Amino acid sequence: MNVGAWEAMFLIVRRELCLSFRRPDQLLQPLVFFLIVTTLFPLGLSLQLSLLRDMAPGVLWVAALLSSLLSLDALFKSDADDGTLEQLALSGQGLTLIVVAKTFAHWLVTGVALILVSPVVGTALGIPGSAFATMMLSLSLGTLTLSWLGAIGAGLTVGLRRGNVLLSLIVLPLAMPLLIFGAGATDRAISGVSPTGALYFLAALCVFTCTLAPFAATTALRITLE
Amino acid sequence: MNTAADGLGVEKVHVWRGDRHVLKGVSLALRPRQLLHVSGPNGTGKTTLLRVVCGLLRPEQGLVSWLGQSIMGVRTEYQAALAYASHEPALKADLTALENLRFAVGLKRRVTVSELRASLDQTGVAACADLPARVLSAGQRRRVAMARVLAMSATLWLLDEPFTNLDAAGTDLLRNLLQSHVEGGGLALVVAHHDLKLDCSVHRLELTA
Repeated sequence: MNVGAWEAMFLIVRRELCLSFRRPDQLLQPLVFFLIVTTLFPLGLSLQLSLLRDMAPGVLWVAALLSSLLSLDALFKSDADDGTLEQLALSGQGLTLIVVAKTFAHWLVTGVALILVSPVVGTALGIPGSAFATMMLSLSLGTLTLSWLGAIGAGLTVGLRRGNVLLSLIVLPLAMPLLIFGAGATDRAISGVSPTGALYFLAALCVFTCTLAPFAATTALRITLE
Repeated sequence: MNTAADGLGVEKVHVWRGDRHVLKGVSLALRPRQLLHVSGPNGTGKTTLLRVVCGLLRPEQGLVSWLGQSIMGVRTEYQAALAYASHEPALKADLTALENLRFAVGLKRRVTVSELRASLDQTGVAACADLPARVLSAGQRRRVAMARVLAMSATLWLLDEPFTNLDAAGTDLLRNLLQSHVEGGGLALVVAHHDLKLDCSVHRLELTA
């Protein structure tokens, strides 16, 4: 009668998706933030397409980082506030499994949405269509890594009343390599140079966080649960 | 009275919260067909004791055991055997009562929707099954939380102030549920600040400041 790990993970992901789609405002806010911030730049800068194109990768990635941060705060906090996190922790499924499922669901909702609208933003910033594939690939690796880094920060700050700022202060420095290689890959693709090196670095960071962050986030969460 | 090879044992548990020594060497034993009523004034560590028993809080000193083994060693089996109801109902406001149950109980055991509906019916909130928890009254939420405990079909019930917000009928219902759980071979640890008025034998543990 026991529930297997995959089954449990599937159930938690379904729960998270179900909760997200019940609150479309929280789903859309980071996305709209991303769109608005990136469209502010072309409006604020001079009308030189070349200048805009030079800045585009950096703008795109900074906006992606910041908008991902917006939703991270609620990753464990909403469950901790209403007591459902305790129920999850006592469900007989390991806490690590719960953290993995919740973080993956978080990425499905925020990261994937960001990747899907990125061509629109790319066009607004003057990124040529030939660089879209690299841009989207680098964003997929980057947002997944960021969700994992965010899970650590969210686990550490879950007990704090206003942990949002602290969460940003913890996560942003850790996300700097993402920005460097993510924007680097997109930049190279725009100028027609092979972005493979930077993408490999991003992939390595992604594997690194996917394998180690679940344990770090679980430990952080376990400490704050007490 | 502190080791129970066939049930739950708590041995000389000490917990500090900052400078405060909340639990000062609490021991208890609970065997099948027994109900333990933990009472005491506010702030004497009743909820803390329950969280220690659940394994949510690690005591600085002392041991909690299940079937004679430390709960840290048999965590999965222990969690599968327990149903915990905290003093808040622990329902997601955006999910319906039924969905709340399905996602919570479904992690513990394979469960069908009709089983869940049956347990909601048992606690008298069958009509609320498809309403989001947000629109339920505090008493109804408490009943849904109780239905979750029932649906988990756990051996050990750990209930924190389960009578809060319940009307007279709800209080009677919960008494009957507790009684039949204990008579059916279950164990129950209930934190409540007033008398339980049960017909079955109730062991008592009074915590003092």
